[in-house]
Amino acid sequence: MLQAIGVGSVDDLFQDIPAEFRNPELNMPAPLSEMEVLQELQRLSERNLYPGRYTSFLGAGVYRHFTPSVVSALVSRGEYLTSYTPYQAEASQGTLQSTFEFQTMSSQIMGMEVANAGMYDGATSLAEAALMACRVTQRGRVAIVDTVAPNYAEVVRTYAEPQGIEVYTVSSSVRELEPDTACLLVQSPNFFGHLEDVGGLTDVAHNHGALMCTSADPVAMSMFKSPGAYGVDIATAEGQALGVPPSFGGPYVGIFTCKQEFFRQMPGRIAGRTTDTQGRTGYVLTLQTREQHIRRERATSNICTSTALIGLMATIYVACMGKQGLRRVAELCYHKAHYAAGQIAEIPGYSLPMEDTFFQEFVVRCPRPPAEINAALQDRGIIGGLDISDLTPNGMLVCVTEVNSRREIDSLVSALKEIG
Amino acid sequence: MVQKQQLPITSEDYQRRLLMDRSVPGRTGVSLPALDVPEQPLPGTGMLRDDLELPEVSEGEVVRYFTNISQLNFSIDTNFYPLGSCTMKYNPRVNEATASLPGLAQLHPRQSPEQAQGALELLHGLQEYLKEVTGMQGCGLVPLAGAHGELSGILMMRAYHMANGGSHRRKMLIPDTAHGTNPASAAMGGFDVVAIPSDADGNMDMEALRREATDDLAGVMFTQPTTLGLFDTHVVEMCRIIHEAGGLVYGDGANMNAILGRVKLADLGFDVVHLNLHKTFSTPHGGGGPGAGPVCVNERLLPFLPEPVISVEKSSDGNRYVFSRPTQSIGRLGGFFGSFGVLVRAYTYITLLGGQGMLDISGNAVLNANYLKEQLRGYFDLPYDRICMHEVVFSAKLHSGVKALDVAKRLLDFGFHAPTMYFPLVVDEALMIEPTETESKETMDAFAEALRRIDDEAANDPDFLHAAPHSTPVSRLDEAKAARQPYLRWRPD
Repeated sequence: MLQAIGVGSVDDLFQDIPAEFRNPELNMPAPLSEMEVLQELQRLSERNLYPGRYTSFLGAGVYRHFTPSVVSALVSRGEYLTSYTPYQAEASQGTLQSTFEFQTMSSQIMGMEVANAGMYDGATSLAEAALMACRVTQRGRVAIVDTVAPNYAEVVRTYAEPQGIEVYTVSSSVRELEPDTACLLVQSPNFFGHLEDVGGLTDVAHNHGALMCTSADPVAMSMFKSPGAYGVDIATAEGQALGVPPSFGGPYVGIFTCKQEFFRQMPGRIAGRTTDTQGRTGYVLTLQTREQHIRRERATSNICTSTALIGLMATIYVACMGKQGLRRVAELCYHKAHYAAGQIAEIPGYSLPMEDTFFQEFVVRCPRPPAEINAALQDRGIIGGLDISDLTPNGMLVCVTEVNSRREIDSLVSALKEIG
Repeated sequence: MVQKQQLPITSEDYQRRLLMDRSVPGRTGVSLPALDVPEQPLPGTGMLRDDLELPEVSEGEVVRYFTNISQLNFSIDTNFYPLGSCTMKYNPRVNEATASLPGLAQLHPRQSPEQAQGALELLHGLQEYLKEVTGMQGCGLVPLAGAHGELSGILMMRAYHMANGGSHRRKMLIPDTAHGTNPASAAMGGFDVVAIPSDADGNMDMEALRREATDDLAGVMFTQPTTLGLFDTHVVEMCRIIHEAGGLVYGDGANMNAILGRVKLADLGFDVVHLNLHKTFSTPHGGGGPGAGPVCVNERLLPFLPEPVISVEKSSDGNRYVFSRPTQSIGRLGGFFGSFGVLVRAYTYITLLGGQGMLDISGNAVLNANYLKEQLRGYFDLPYDRICMHEVVFSAKLHSGVKALDVAKRLLDFGFHAPTMYFPLVVDEALMIEPTETESKETMDAFAEALRRIDDEAANDPDFLHAAPHSTPVSRLDEAKAARQPYLRWRPD
């Protein structure tokens, strides 16, 4: 090969690099065999204390649900795993057709007219929804309800403020918005697990000529009224709950849906159905004139990925669950969480400070700092709820899903009784 | 006489029916446990939903459907994929094995750092590796893709100027060869984009650069090697000019596989660089994500890294890893700490290859691209005839009437994925070919032979070429119709 190129060595191919900077010292370890790599990663894995070995009641935006075995079997197929973004449609119909399925599923779950192919995660979806609302309304302020998850609110600020967009906080009983407000951002179920009055808040937004943008848990949407039913304009969700492992925070997929009238302002990839030269049905990436590779600095967003593989995971999960299965999962979560909440509320010193309807997650007021209680729970093999004492006094956010058996719930209750 | 009836359905039609078309009421693909607690009162029906339509199909049908449509895809596992700038190289399966270890895949991001020391040790180790290959002082693993890494770099540049009395610095220089994400990211950071042309050798035009290096300069976004597959030999001078004008130099690390271990971007004068772990460090592309786009920075930008970074507290009873917030952080960019599963895969790959492996990556990537360039010399125009790096850009202009699109589509018939085409924009009928470091000489020879045959067809049977591909599940698709009559989800016919 070197002969064909006409050089003497591989090093000769790097002669364009200035000599004084070429071949720097590289302080990295020696290669390892595959067996040694697996042992090293096994060691790191076992240094963590993880749900499975421990009973866990953590949620706060990331939810553990049972995932049928076919999900990982199918997404690990090399045809999905090792293909690129489907620019060459003729060679990518598998990815494009499954993306079209993802868009169908996203729109159905959210009760909305159209969806894109997916965003990075739930937090960035909400941030992109805010930016999109500013484009649609040509306004420059964003109102965010104070029950939106704090990490989501921070991402919205990181995205919006450099573009000169002002983000301000309102309570969920807000009735008036500031002038020049492009949208109202609401999460339901909110960070504390409770359902918001999405219909009422949508009216508030619309009365001010602003768009209503929401973030939701897609599993809850199989049981509770959808954003679409309330007239929401842009509805987003964290797709992780649909069969995607917690994986310490990612990769996940953001669900992004909106009303038909706004779809040309959507960020991200979109698959569309069309026909080939012989009249056969096929799918392509479409409406690409919104996108960065065509429009460059005038694009609707810089995003390229649709987090396709995670979107596929969610699609296969929903296909397995189907209409009845997903509703059943939601009901199991609802009943178990309410059972747990009832039991915990009866323990002396513990109470439930919030009264609104919740889905699978609720706030417990503890008799002492949740950090102390969680340490004592950990000794008993239990990962307790999230310590939110910075948001509400001695608050612990407890999540119960279908993967928590009654025995696990009862053991949490007796442990809390003992710890006091 | 019995009339021959057309079959109601062909296997091809069946294969393409969507999930909702297959739905039969009452079917499901899952078995769920019975409720083991007393049923609890439901909220009022006004809050509940009864209009959710989802497909009702069996598990077997789900498997057959998704297996069948998967086979309509080209992939690295099945095809050579010389897609320039995308680094479609082999994705080792050990990456998948480690990312699915239960202590990593089941770890919940709300667990305390004390419960996740193994994960934090891994993330810290990856930060150190990425700092070493770029020569930088700091690394943030949060960005969730390459473009997200660009956005974080851009926001750091903005924050740096704001903190140093440079709020008037709004001008971002971007070469005309740059990926479209560069100007789009700059715009999301509130900057005004000015394009800089390339000179006759494919380097950045230094005269144009000097003219634009005024006191409203925020910086430059630069891809090294460039998207022309060339190492820009003006790079050190370029960094000097930008710095003297008070600007910062952003490096797009899309093409890092060409220079791993050969040069450190920090040494050349770059202030910030993002890396595409899904390109350089072999994490699978997944049909369009998930990716990961960590950013590495020098000392000037260290305080601005996105939140959180992982630091280590050393003590007599071992290292303790903690999350920390850089003092002037641009804030949070995503829900948690980045694409952890992707970061695990990249860490696995680097651990497997070690320092020597970094040199092997760049050596083989550049060797393969130059070999392929020589195999195709004379068949396609070579607008920049220099030693190339990891990719080579040809122009499909030799035969009149034959377009890059035709060549690309015809390649699919030979079982090769098309090269990147019509990019970079400065080359007419561009075909951008990146063989990557993991392909064999035999595969490249076969690919070159296919291209030579296509060249022959271009001369003798151009119509056949215009109608390609002929062997894919569908022929050329009507993109204009897709955009004009958007059909974006299933609906009942």
